[in-house]
Amino acid sequence: MPAYKRPSSLMPMTTGYCPGCLHALGTRLVADAIDELNQQQNAINVVSVGCSALNLYSWNGDDIGAAHGRAPAVATGIKRCLPDRLVFTYQGDGDLAAIGLAEIMSAANRGENFTVIFANNQTYGMTGGQMAPTTLIGQKSTTTPFGRDPQTTGYPLKMCELIATLEAPVFVARYALNTPKGVSDAKKGIKKAFELQLAGKGFTFIELLTNCPTNWGMSPLQTLDYMDTNTIPYFKPGIYKDTEVQG
Amino acid sequence: MITINELMCKGCGYCVKYCPKHILEMGKERSQRGHFYPVNIDAEKCTSCAICALMCPEGAIEVAAKER
Repeated sequence: MPAYKRPSSLMPMTTGYCPGCLHALGTRLVADAIDELNQQQNAINVVSVGCSALNLYSWNGDDIGAAHGRAPAVATGIKRCLPDRLVFTYQGDGDLAAIGLAEIMSAANRGENFTVIFANNQTYGMTGGQMAPTTLIGQKSTTTPFGRDPQTTGYPLKMCELIATLEAPVFVARYALNTPKGVSDAKKGIKKAFELQLAGKGFTFIELLTNCPTNWGMSPLQTLDYMDTNTIPYFKPGIYKDTEVQG
Repeated sequence: MITINELMCKGCGYCVKYCPKHILEMGKERSQRGHFYPVNIDAEKCTSCAICALMCPEGAIEVAAKER
């Protein structure tokens, strides 16, 4: 029978996230994977700016805060200096898909041997719910109060599809965290990405679809249904690139 | 058998929604932090599947393996 114990890679206290925030779940899944691989003393968490920076308070291990969007650049430096360590960045969509777009694309194109965990909640959570590059068409935010209009603001950015077109990345996948199946798959995907990194295969990218109950203006349970009907049809979960399978 | 750490719980209700045996329920009392937290209303039916722990964002639920 399965049993579950809180991972030791997390501090024995609550996270700084709002009630029902799936960012906290993403952090916990990463901690679970690191515990299962027994890498607590070996992992380095490169934390970006935004809600994902709250990781710094709950992470029980080595971590470093990078400038806004520059986490892949910092991780590149750390991994090149300390090639034996397990290095990963944990970034939100405002950080990775907007200000840090150049860094992530360059790091992915160079095939740097670290893992990027991308938590996509389709809004700028920490600054008050402004429109992010990943905000869905018609989704309301504080800067698009009538819903996002593609005529003036363009279309939501699909990072997994973009990165999967590059030659160097070895594993690119997207998971939705609103159902137990999605969470279970995400846990396996994160573990696989870390294993590929430890084997020295190259760049791995995991996108986690999350929610933002506070800025979407819904209860936590309503956000799960909203993700089912709106987010998942646009950002389709799945494995976009896996060089081991494709050969 | 599950253990819910009420001081870590923020009352999102994901565990109540996804419990396959429907034996979790939001309690009527608030924790010290001010959140309602789930209670196990029928511990005997628990199969230790750990789906509640899997869905808990805060890691507030720990599950012991079921004795056979």
